[in-house]
Amino acid sequence: MIQLHNVGKRYPAGHEALHDVSFAIDRGEMVFITGHSGAGKSTLLKLLGVIERPSTGELIMNDRNLGRLSKRNIPYYRRTLGMIYQDFRLLPDRTIFDNVALPLVIDGHYDQQEIRRRARAALDKVGLLGKEKLHPMELSGGEQQRVGIARAVVHKPVLLLADEPTGNLDPGLAWEIMSLFEAFNRVGVTVLIASHNVELIARMRRRVLVLNNGRLVSDTPGAVA
Amino acid sequence: MNKGGGRAQNRPAEPVVSAVVSRGAVPWLGLENYLIHHLRAFFASLGSLLRTPFASFMTAVVIGVALALPSGFHALLSSVQTLASGWEGDVAQVSLFLKPEIKDDAARNLAWRLRSMDDVAGVRYISPQQAVEEFQRSSGLSDALAYLDENPLPAVLVVKPAKGFAQPKVVHDLVERLQALPEVESTQLDWAWLERLRALVVLADRAMALVGAVLAVAVLFIVGNTIRLAIENRREEIVITKLVGATDAFIRRPFIYGGIWYGLAGGLIALVIVDGVLWGMSGPVARLAALYKSDFHLEMIGATETLVILATGAVLGWMGAWLAVGRHLRHIEPT
Repeated sequence: MIQLHNVGKRYPAGHEALHDVSFAIDRGEMVFITGHSGAGKSTLLKLLGVIERPSTGELIMNDRNLGRLSKRNIPYYRRTLGMIYQDFRLLPDRTIFDNVALPLVIDGHYDQQEIRRRARAALDKVGLLGKEKLHPMELSGGEQQRVGIARAVVHKPVLLLADEPTGNLDPGLAWEIMSLFEAFNRVGVTVLIASHNVELIARMRRRVLVLNNGRLVSDTPGAVA
Repeated sequence: MNKGGGRAQNRPAEPVVSAVVSRGAVPWLGLENYLIHHLRAFFASLGSLLRTPFASFMTAVVIGVALALPSGFHALLSSVQTLASGWEGDVAQVSLFLKPEIKDDAARNLAWRLRSMDDVAGVRYISPQQAVEEFQRSSGLSDALAYLDENPLPAVLVVKPAKGFAQPKVVHDLVERLQALPEVESTQLDWAWLERLRALVVLADRAMALVGAVLAVAVLFIVGNTIRLAIENRREEIVITKLVGATDAFIRRPFIYGGIWYGLAGGLIALVIVDGVLWGMSGPVARLAALYKSDFHLEMIGATETLVILATGAVLGWMGAWLAVGRHLRHIEPT
C-alpha cells in the first residue's frame, strides 16, 4: 500500500531530515517507527499526510505518487487518512461531538442523521459516548486523545497515522490507547505509529522501523501477525 | 465499528484512491447536502459573530455610519428634488410683453391662439389696466403712477409651458418661437434661479456619489480587516480543519458569510440612523415649510431604498471578506 523509494527530505533551512529511506508497508499492517527525537519520525508522517513534500525519491500510496499530488487534490487525499497527534489538536470551542463529526461535515456527502450515527459509533468505540456534549478542556489527557482517535476513524480511513500518540499520557493510558489501535488494525485498518516509547513498542511485538539521523537503520518484523 | 455500510448508501462503492481523483466536483446527488452545508455555514457564521457581540456590534456600527452618510444625503436630496419639481408648475412660465399698439381684442385673440399650441399648458392675459392695479397693490408706488399721463405698462401674456422644469431645452425652443411672434415686444423666462438650483442638485448628487464611493471603499477595508483578524484568531482551527481534509472553499465559506452578515448588520444600522435623523428633522422641517406656506416634507426611506441599502451592505461585506480571505487564508497551512 505504501512504498518509499530512496526518499529524502531537506528543509529550506538546509537541515536534512530524511536521507535515502526505502521501505514498503502492506495493507492491514501495524507498524511502529521509532528513533531518537529529530531522527525523522515526524517528517516521515508529514510526508505521508502531504503536509510536506519529499525533496528526492518517490512516495507511493496506493499506486499514487504523493510527491506529484496537486494542491487541489490534497484535501481529498487527506480524507482517506486518519491522523492522530501528540497534542491531540482538537477544536477547543467545539463540543466533543462536533470535533468527532468534523471529517464527516467537511466531506459534505453525509446527511445529519448519518453524521450523528457515525460520530456516536466512533465515540462508542473509544468509550466516550455520553461525553459528546462536553468540551475538550473538560476531559483528561487520555480522554482527549481518545476523542482525537474517534475523529481519525469516524470516516473509516484506510490508513491511520499517529505521531507520538501517547507522548503526553502516563503508561497505563498509553497502553489503553495502543489497544485501541490494535482493535482498529484487527478490522483491517493499516496503522503507522511514530513513537519513541521503546518499552511500549517492545510489548506490542509488531514490525518496527528504526530511524537514526534521517536514515532507516533497521526494519524488524513483528512477532504478531 | 460498522465498516462500509452507511457510506455505500451515499456514494458508489469505489476504491479509495480512485475516489480521491473523481471527487473534485459535487455530484448532483449531493446537491441537497451541499445546500444544507451552505445554509449551515451561513447561520454558523452569524453564531460566531454573536459570540463576540460587542466587537461585532462596533464593527457593524462603523459600517452603518459609513453607509448612513450617503444614504441620508440621498434621502435629503430626493426630498429637495421633489420640492423643486413641485415648484416648476408655478415658476416655469414665460411672460410675453406685447407691443404697445396691440389692442385688447388682438391680445385676447393671440392668447386664444397660443392656448391651442401643443407645448403650451395655459395662458393668462393681463391687460395694461390689470397690470397697473396689480402694480399699485404690490409696489407701494401708486403715487408715482399718478404723475404719468398714460398707462406705461404693456399687456402681458403669461404662458405656462406644457413641459416644465424637466426639459429646459423644449422650453427654450418654445420661448424662441414666442419671441418671433409679430405681436411680441419681448419675453422673459423667469426661472434662471430654478436652473441654478437644478445645477446645484446635480452637483450635490455627484458629490454624494463620490463620497459614497470613498465610503464604500472604506467599508471594504473595514470588513476586510475584521475578517483578517477573525482568520488570525482561528489560525489553529483552520490548520486542524485542513488536516482532516477540508478544501479551501470549505474553510473560506464561514468567513465570506461572516462578511455578508457584517454588511447586512451595517446596512440595518444605517437604516436606523437615517430613519432616526429624518424623523428627528421632520418636525422642524414641517414648521419651517409651514412658514413658507409649503407642504414640503422629508421623504422617509422607502421599501426600494431599504432593500438597496441592505443589499449594498451585504455586497460590500461579501467583497471585503473576499479581499481578506484571498490574501490571508492561502498562507495558513499545517506544518
